[in-house]
Amino acid sequence: MLVATLLISSFIIFSAMYLAPGNPIAVLSGGRSLPPESIRVLEERFHLNEPFFTQYWLWLKAALHGDFGISIAQRQNVSSLITARVWTTAALVLYASIIILVIGIAIGLIAGLKPGLLDTSSLVATSVSAAIPSFVAAIVLILVFSVKLGWFPTIGTGEGFAGTVHHLTLPAFALAISSLAIVARVTRSSVRDELGREHVQTAVSRGIPYPQLVRRHVLRNAAIPITTIAGITIASLIALAAVVERAFSLNGLGAYLVSASNSKDFAVVQGISLVLVTAFVVVNLIVDILYAVLDPRVSLGSRAT
Amino acid sequence: MSADAVATAAAPAKRRGWWALLRSTGPAGIASAIVIVVATFMAVFGSALASEDPYVGRLSLSFLGSGGGNLLGFDAQGRDVMSRLLVGARSSMLGPLAVVAICMSVGTVFAVTSAWKRGTYDAVVSSGMDVLFAFPGILLAILAATVFGAGLPAAALALAVAYTPYVARVLRGAALRERSQVYVDALSVQGASSFSICMKHLIPNMAPLIVAQATILFGYAMVDLAAISFLGLGVQPPNPDWGVMVSENQSGVVQGYPMPALAAGLCIVVVVVAFNVLGERLYERSQAERR
Repeated sequence: MLVATLLISSFIIFSAMYLAPGNPIAVLSGGRSLPPESIRVLEERFHLNEPFFTQYWLWLKAALHGDFGISIAQRQNVSSLITARVWTTAALVLYASIIILVIGIAIGLIAGLKPGLLDTSSLVATSVSAAIPSFVAAIVLILVFSVKLGWFPTIGTGEGFAGTVHHLTLPAFALAISSLAIVARVTRSSVRDELGREHVQTAVSRGIPYPQLVRRHVLRNAAIPITTIAGITIASLIALAAVVERAFSLNGLGAYLVSASNSKDFAVVQGISLVLVTAFVVVNLIVDILYAVLDPRVSLGSRAT
Repeated sequence: MSADAVATAAAPAKRRGWWALLRSTGPAGIASAIVIVVATFMAVFGSALASEDPYVGRLSLSFLGSGGGNLLGFDAQGRDVMSRLLVGARSSMLGPLAVVAICMSVGTVFAVTSAWKRGTYDAVVSSGMDVLFAFPGILLAILAATVFGAGLPAAALALAVAYTPYVARVLRGAALRERSQVYVDALSVQGASSFSICMKHLIPNMAPLIVAQATILFGYAMVDLAAISFLGLGVQPPNPDWGVMVSENQSGVVQGYPMPALAAGLCIVVVVVAFNVLGERLYERSQAERR
């Protein structure tokens, strides 16, 4: 299933760029007219005269070896252009995921276990923050923490681990804020559901201490819906990172994809799209594996629906 | 009970009108509906209400604060922010409407037909949807902008394609439950065609869930479309659009004039909160009605 999905996705990505208007030779030459020999050399080099499926096959085979062709705009290997930027995006998504998991689940747990004022206010706060688009969060964070307080820089990625963390804090929060709210809400409602279940009531009547009750009887069961929603939201960050990278002028994959799309640099668009789709599918696979770890009834061959 | 009685009992039992449905969503639901009505009003009459030309600015007024008749001041290019917000409501609301209309109708057709036919057709549709799941909406929109050129139509179409699998998956489950009801068998024994059972009974009975889904997705579509416009791949400047307005006034935030960008961002957040809250309430209602 995983391989089939990736194969079909790669086909969609390739054929989309193939169908895109514009003559590859004209793009390569920058609009200048070329002597016939040069055109022949270029056609040979980029396999432009081969049938569609042969071109796709050659591209896929090269892509599997980590070769995504040459960027027309930058005259460089797409792979090295991608490697230069992939860590910014990966660090950003990882940082945001940690924020989502730690803060989102903490808010959800507190709200779920302690009904009352705290719960109501967290419900209101999460329904508002779930609706905040990442780029709006970005300008508010820049306004408050960079312009007014001066705690964090507005652009750039920084040097070394501490510098990176310092520079990526605002972008990561901007990326995390709406997903965090969604994870908090699902955590709250699944904790609430479990607390009302019979097996928990039985455990209460058996006099099991509260911390142990929460850990062993509530959290273990609530972990499954929490994993589902955390997986979905974290996977969606991979594409959403483009917006935050743009807002904070970070040199990441997503921002590069957008500028490559503007300059019709097809090899770059294909390469980055394939990398992002692969990352997306791999995160979903990890979630499926986690299901099997969390719930012994789920075996990996069958789909958990 | 005769087959007739079963059919009439199960079919149009709930035609209580929109007002009753809305009242059942509580004060938060009604407040959200009011926000949505106001936003729709802005989308329809915004250009008539705008006091200034939203396209022409005077650079001497750039980032000038509020004053006189200009409640929200002027943007980076000296254009009246309030007028641009009013005129921009149209593309900001029409875009998500198009996304929701397309993905809901295509998703419903796939859901109902695959629940009805089952077998190979269902399996093929389901695995096709699984592959589409691998494409996040924003990525699909960037690909569409590369192929068809940047603009609202390509972005809206791409998002509709990306949302369809979610719609189809949720509605397929509902359609399967509905299909196993006795009234469906009763109708088909009476000789009603599959098409008329689906159109006259199955889909109307799924309507509460469909409306709830559409409302929730409208909010998501608004956020995603605004993000795509912010990236420069959706609505094109100088056209006013709330996402475009955040992007073109971002420089003002660092320069100490955050008002134009914040005002546009706030419009998005308020409308999206309204759609989310109303959608959730409607969803809870539709689930409660099933039990």
